[in-house]
Amino acid sequence: MPPEAVLAIFLLPFFSFVIISFIIRPFFKHRPQLSGYVIIASIGTSLLLSIWALIEVIGTEVNALPMPDYEWLAIGDTAIRIGVTVDSLAAVMLIVVTSVSLLVQIYSQGYMRGDPGYSRYFAFMSLFTGSMLGLVLADNLLFLFLFWEGVGLCSYLLIGFWFHKPEAARAATKAFLVTRLGDFGFLAAILLLYANTGTFDIGELHQFALAGVLGGTVLTWAAIGVFSGAVGKSAQFPLHTWLPDAMEGPTPVSALIHAATMVAAGVYLVARMFPVFASSAEAITTVAIIGGFTAIFAATMALVMKDIKRVLAYSTISQLGYMMLGLGAVGVAVSSGAIPIEHGLALGVAVGIFHLFNHAFFKALLFLGAGSVNHATGTFDMKEMGGLRKAMPWTFATFLIASLSLAGIWPLAGFWSKEGILTHAWESTPILFYLAMITVFMTAFYMFRVVFLTFGGEYRGQSHDSHGLHESPLVMIGPMVLLAILSVVSGWLPISEFLGGESHSFFGALSHPLAWASLLLAGGGILLAYAIYSKKWLSAESLGRAFAPLYTLFSRKYWLDELYERVFVGRVLIGGIFAALHWFDDHIVDGAVNGIADGTIAAGGAIRRAQTGQLQAYGLAIFIGILAIVAFLFIFG
Amino acid sequence: MTVGLEHFLILSAILFSIGLYGVLAKRNAVAILMSIEIMLNAVNIAMVAFWHYGSPMLMTGMVFVIFIMVVAAAEAAVGLALIIAIYRSRESVDAEKFDLMKW
Amino acid sequence: MALEIAFWVLAAVIVGAAVAVVLLRNIFHAALFLVLCFFTIAGIYIILSADFLAGAQVLIYVGAIGVLIIFAIMLTRETQRGSPSGRLRLPALLVGLLFLATMVFIVVSTDWHVVAEIPTEPTTSAIAQALFSGEEGFVLAFEIAAALLLAAIVGAIVLVREK
Repeated sequence: MPPEAVLAIFLLPFFSFVIISFIIRPFFKHRPQLSGYVIIASIGTSLLLSIWALIEVIGTEVNALPMPDYEWLAIGDTAIRIGVTVDSLAAVMLIVVTSVSLLVQIYSQGYMRGDPGYSRYFAFMSLFTGSMLGLVLADNLLFLFLFWEGVGLCSYLLIGFWFHKPEAARAATKAFLVTRLGDFGFLAAILLLYANTGTFDIGELHQFALAGVLGGTVLTWAAIGVFSGAVGKSAQFPLHTWLPDAMEGPTPVSALIHAATMVAAGVYLVARMFPVFASSAEAITTVAIIGGFTAIFAATMALVMKDIKRVLAYSTISQLGYMMLGLGAVGVAVSSGAIPIEHGLALGVAVGIFHLFNHAFFKALLFLGAGSVNHATGTFDMKEMGGLRKAMPWTFATFLIASLSLAGIWPLAGFWSKEGILTHAWESTPILFYLAMITVFMTAFYMFRVVFLTFGGEYRGQSHDSHGLHESPLVMIGPMVLLAILSVVSGWLPISEFLGGESHSFFGALSHPLAWASLLLAGGGILLAYAIYSKKWLSAESLGRAFAPLYTLFSRKYWLDELYERVFVGRVLIGGIFAALHWFDDHIVDGAVNGIADGTIAAGGAIRRAQTGQLQAYGLAIFIGILAIVAFLFIFG
Repeated sequence: MTVGLEHFLILSAILFSIGLYGVLAKRNAVAILMSIEIMLNAVNIAMVAFWHYGSPMLMTGMVFVIFIMVVAAAEAAVGLALIIAIYRSRESVDAEKFDLMKW
Repeated sequence: MALEIAFWVLAAVIVGAAVAVVLLRNIFHAALFLVLCFFTIAGIYIILSADFLAGAQVLIYVGAIGVLIIFAIMLTRETQRGSPSGRLRLPALLVGLLFLATMVFIVVSTDWHVVAEIPTEPTTSAIAQALFSGEEGFVLAFEIAAALLLAAIVGAIVLVREK
């Protein structure tokens, strides 16, 4: 496959961004649908090129295509090079990004119809897709960081798409700033690695890490720095607070960026840098712990949310935690020697990325379903919903399939990847395994709570009566159906073996006791949700009263937002450090400068008094001078 | 004891210092002028003493003294004219009031 | 012997008169003491065998400058103030004493070449010779001094005339 074709994969969406921004938006304002056609053409082409790349990669022995790199800048005698890598990991990610992006763009044709910012939306979407593809293809950390910032920028632009809504503007700023915190650690790690190895190239860094040239505390700190970037982008604890607020953006944006692709960039980064992580026991343990903790932490908050998209947001955070746990658990085993290195590196990547692959499809579908529900009812608040299965059968069916997949029910896709993660967690990090199992129960429960509240029972809202609710148009349903099919079959594709992991047999998996345990927990969660929200054998309100303190803790999001905004930013930074710096600037810096000026004026004023204008004073000065000269000559002459 | 050159020179020095004090310390402009005359006379005494004890053959010392007297006279005349002119416009001869030599 | 006594007496009178000039508040009295000072200096000149100069001193200083000063005092009379001491009297006293100390130190510590002869002849003709002769004389300076006096006269008149 010629290198230009690979470059075209991520350059085509950029090209589409340029066309939409500079040609269609100014000159074709009366035909905004042209933007939609342009972006679908470009991303569709990228998808075909990605499939070609995948076929080529499968065809090679080492699962990688050789690609040249180019010199970008030369500073003195250091040259910064940029290039692309096309290996199995990149090929899988390319498929995920291009396919989900294409389906979301088709869906957006229907969802965003009539919006005054239609062209702007697609311009930003193409910029985002181009940046995400570039991120996946980059072969050195500097180039990757460029696109990393690019997707962050597009996320800001798209969350704040309806910028005249103050909540949206605030949410966009919050997202940008919180991820920035993580990006700071990432950049520091890049520079640390460069300072110690002289290269940004990822392949060379892997070799240095594995050979032990890069070792000890430097390696650990660098890995933790890289991981902090991933924590920010993938909304892991403690930098998770931005993702629920990011739901202020249009729903297709949430589907594409905050479910399937951008937030997955953090997981991708850890997978891409996996040899570096696995070489440091502290770093990879940190990854596992944060992943496992975030999984259960976010699930607790998803239990009590009233807004569909918020539930889905916390669910995304939780599932990303699963992916980090998968990577971390295998990495812990590799670094402790339980799994040999040659096998373990690929295995870790396989475990995490397989779940990323499946999650992209069913989570995007869940968001698109929520968007469809919003299109019909005008709200996301589940109190106003109910009984929608009758009016929106396609939405209901696809949503149900995605929920079952997310809950991990055999034989749907989610089951296979979750099993992989749970198995390796059981073997390497037992405590996290138990947390993950509890999370399985909670995941099933909160997902089916949403299903029953939204689609079950009778319609509770006021905006339309049941006759007015209608199914969404084909342009929205079509992508949802495609994603539903993928949510079922994507687990059957040999992705795991392709990435170097283990294979699983279709029915053989059921012979494993762990599989039965997780299925029972998931089933239990679904049953409990059925009992509370459908049959109402137990009352939700009485449960809420019984567990009131926990309920408050979860629904107030553990008061972390208040902690971050009021205590950290408000008191420590603004009140403390910034006020001190302001004082310093006012009194010491300005004081020094003004002090010199004041001192000069004062000295001038003092010396002026010598100019009395009186003859006798001057005469006295003359004679004192004469005496001084005489004395000088006498002493030194 | 015999009076030698040093005695006259010390007398001259004393007179000069007294004149100097008067120039710097008096407020009345005419008094300042009088003190200047004292200083000039002190110099004259020193000159004549040097002539007498140093080179009595040459008349140069004396001639010098004559010229000093001439200049002193001229200067006293012009100075007093100045003082009178100032008195006419300012009604005062207090040297501390004349402070225009400032900028 | 007589010369020494004369010297000491005259020196005391000179110094006393000069101190009176600079310390007296009544300016007219100060002027009178100034005249006394001038007279006594003429006496010093006589001790130093400068007869012509003694006469010139009396003529010029007492006769002309002293009278001029008294005229100026009368024309610029400030009866309340008189001639007080200024603000700078203490620094001036200090400077004066230091000056005195310096000069006395110089006088005392220098080895003066004193010539033994004492002039005995009257000096008037010798001065005239020196003043008016051309090559080793001071006739040029004499003429310039005359011009200077002319300038002084004209200047004084210009300064003082009524507009």
